[in-house]
Amino acid sequence: MLAMPEPRAEVLARREAIVAALAERVGAANVIAEPLRLKAYETDGLTAYRRVPLAVVLPETTAQVAAALRYCHDQGIRVVPRAAGTSLSGGALPLEDAVVIGVARMNRILEVDLADRLARVQAGVTNIAITRAVEGEGFFYAPDPSSQLACMIAGNVAMNSGGAHCLKYGVTANNLLGLTLVTVEGEVIALGGGHLDSAGYDWLGLITGSEGQLGIVTEVTVRILRAAEGARAMLVGFAATDVAGAAVADIIGSGIIPVALEFMDRPCIHACEAFAHAGYPLDAEALLIIEVEGSEAEQDALLARLGEICARHDPMTIRIARTAEESAAIWKGRKGAFGAIGRISPDYLCMDGTIPPARLPEAMRRIGALAQAHRLEVANVFHAGDGNLHPLIMYDANDQGSFARAEALGAEILKLCVELGGCLTGEHGVGIEKRDLMAAQFSAADLDQQRRIKTAFDPGWILNPHKVFPLVDG
Amino acid sequence: MLPGAIDAPPDEAALAARIRAAHAAGEPLAVWGNRTKAAFGRPVQAAAAVSTRALTGITLYSPAELVIAARAGTPVAAIEAALAAKGQHLAAEPPDLSALAGPEEGAGDGPPTLGGAVACNLSGPRRIALGAMRDQVLGIRAVNGTGEVIASGGRVLKNVTGLDLCKLLSGSRGTLAVLTEVTLKVLPAPEATATLVLRGLDAEAAVVALAAGLGSPFGVTGAAFLPAEAAAQVATLGGGGSATLLRLEEFADFIPYRAARLAEVLAPQGRALVLDTDASLPLWRAVRDAAPLGVAAGEGVWRLSVRPSAAPRALAALAAAGLRGMLDWGGGLIWAAGPGTEASQRAVMAAASSGTWWTVRAPAPLRAALPVVAEEPPALAALTRRVKAAFDPRGVLSPGRLHAGI
Repeated sequence: MLAMPEPRAEVLARREAIVAALAERVGAANVIAEPLRLKAYETDGLTAYRRVPLAVVLPETTAQVAAALRYCHDQGIRVVPRAAGTSLSGGALPLEDAVVIGVARMNRILEVDLADRLARVQAGVTNIAITRAVEGEGFFYAPDPSSQLACMIAGNVAMNSGGAHCLKYGVTANNLLGLTLVTVEGEVIALGGGHLDSAGYDWLGLITGSEGQLGIVTEVTVRILRAAEGARAMLVGFAATDVAGAAVADIIGSGIIPVALEFMDRPCIHACEAFAHAGYPLDAEALLIIEVEGSEAEQDALLARLGEICARHDPMTIRIARTAEESAAIWKGRKGAFGAIGRISPDYLCMDGTIPPARLPEAMRRIGALAQAHRLEVANVFHAGDGNLHPLIMYDANDQGSFARAEALGAEILKLCVELGGCLTGEHGVGIEKRDLMAAQFSAADLDQQRRIKTAFDPGWILNPHKVFPLVDG
Repeated sequence: MLPGAIDAPPDEAALAARIRAAHAAGEPLAVWGNRTKAAFGRPVQAAAAVSTRALTGITLYSPAELVIAARAGTPVAAIEAALAAKGQHLAAEPPDLSALAGPEEGAGDGPPTLGGAVACNLSGPRRIALGAMRDQVLGIRAVNGTGEVIASGGRVLKNVTGLDLCKLLSGSRGTLAVLTEVTLKVLPAPEATATLVLRGLDAEAAVVALAAGLGSPFGVTGAAFLPAEAAAQVATLGGGGSATLLRLEEFADFIPYRAARLAEVLAPQGRALVLDTDASLPLWRAVRDAAPLGVAAGEGVWRLSVRPSAAPRALAALAAAGLRGMLDWGGGLIWAAGPGTEASQRAVMAAASSGTWWTVRAPAPLRAALPVVAEEPPALAALTRRVKAAFDPRGVLSPGRLHAGI
């Protein structure tokens, strides 16, 4: 288990006064202080860690967020920003002496402009709600993390969330135009707006992915895009991971950028097939799901070209969807992957390293060996085009030894990703989960530079403390 | 400043040593590549200068992983040539500003460098579809103002580990750290390019047409508007009034269908002519570099970044102040050119009020007297100072280049 700070007794002792002061600033109805209701906020998507916060504030306006933050800053009270609480890395894990400031009640879509191709929304709007607001006219908001039904745009900005379609459409940072940021001093700053680029320091780029370390985002302007005419998928099974990896390299080298290029290994294929009955080949060691976009004729042409490329790699199965329904059937297993693993194992950790795609076969072999050494099962799903690997480590939370081995294995896998030329996290963020691994990827000078930027925004280090940056003695 | 006065260390370690010495002495340094964008920022008050131009060479190119890395002084053209040999290209299509923003006296010290294109976050027409230069930056190595080598990002397409210094340093123009190596995402180059051209629209109708094209599912990767006098400057267009341009970049066998469908989308604004690849490539290079503005010596050039729908009014306001203009990014980018005077710049600042603006080139006294980028509100300006100090506590790296006194 990762170390979290001891709560400060002097803050806990002031609890009643703090709750009253917050209620004065944001309205009593927007402050949660009853122990039972606070318990709902004790964790996020990394449920192995739990801390009941001092209080939860759910402001309805930017001004209320600013008032709450200013108060906490003046009083030296720690603040944990929260959106939907779906972080898989513990990014929204509370602390006992911290006030959680959540944006869940700021959930209005403020403006949709199809001609300028943007939507301005409050930070508590869910990811899917943005697409829902514009899909009738054929538009969509591109980043699509698997949690998109629940996760909120503030969390997407905090983690720079991706999804399965990043290879073509990029991640959150590539799809933002503007943010309203509340600084730790309670200043409200508009960054960007309805236009594309600005000169001066790239605040939008720095804030995106900063995991609640630099301020709280209350409003977001995103780019919306016109959807392609249609999309269809194909499924290819291979006898070996190396072969699938070579096929991926050939596909990218051919000049076709598929809108999605997903890889599953044998344990994952079996789990998904048992769960979804998608007709996946159970004799394959590796499965690729490749999706292309365009008109019907363009889809046919691209899928045929991809079929030819895959055919050169001796596939065991090739199934090309002819209709949207057949395409959905191919995706059914992949989309249910996490649920499928949940069915065969009581608990699992979803890891999130990135590797250079060419190192996939080596990564698979070494992850297999590491899993064996830790006496655990691992299933792998992989965004093969962009190198983002999601090993799912299965364990049993009722067995502390099993969880400790799972955490240790996860750390080894992430260090392996760095060793192979990749990084600790492709889209889930560092949070608490990877905090102590940061030194595997960054030098002391790199980390100190990042810490100095943190200090420039948050001199007292009260925002989302004990996350992202490895703890320093003293 | 003579090129001879610019110290060009042979490697990253020597560059770091030079900056450590400057930090120790509190000696300001102007940071350059080949000075092709010398007129871009405010004049730097520094007796000494340092250049990355000796740090050259591609250090990694893996076409099947869509990634290339090169030292900061590598010419952009050398990178484009290496990519072209493998059928790939730079998605952000960075403009070559050497003709516009080079030194006021003499030429630059060489061609535009990768470090300069990233440090200035230069993006061309494809920005509207595939992102800005900073969106392509996967990893950086750099030397901060104390002479420490720092790294951020890496060589993989998806990476959210730690604060994103790749983006922060992109566009920081050498005021936070000196880039020594950059890793970029690259994309397959299209097999074919086509341009749909509508002639004679006013700016209002042109922006509507561009929005219709960009809001279509046919993959428009360039959306520009050249008023009549700008269109007349381009050989492929010539007379015939203004030109509204929409670009398709695709597999050759996809182009006829997409062009026909896009023409249907544009039909309410007029009948589109279609230019083929050979006609399209020089046309978009001209748009990329703002060549149709026909900028004369002594003139000022500015970029305005606005909501596309605000562009026609801004263009009219600029014209009323005696400035010529053209639109890119569907109207979201306005290039303005005219007399290099305070009055011109005030007109630019007013026209960009709903968005932002920056100077591409202006006479040195004007760049010293007035801001070269939109001024930040006090709370943001305070952050700018604090972040600058977090990288460069003694203010030795290109002081004053972006903001006076920082």
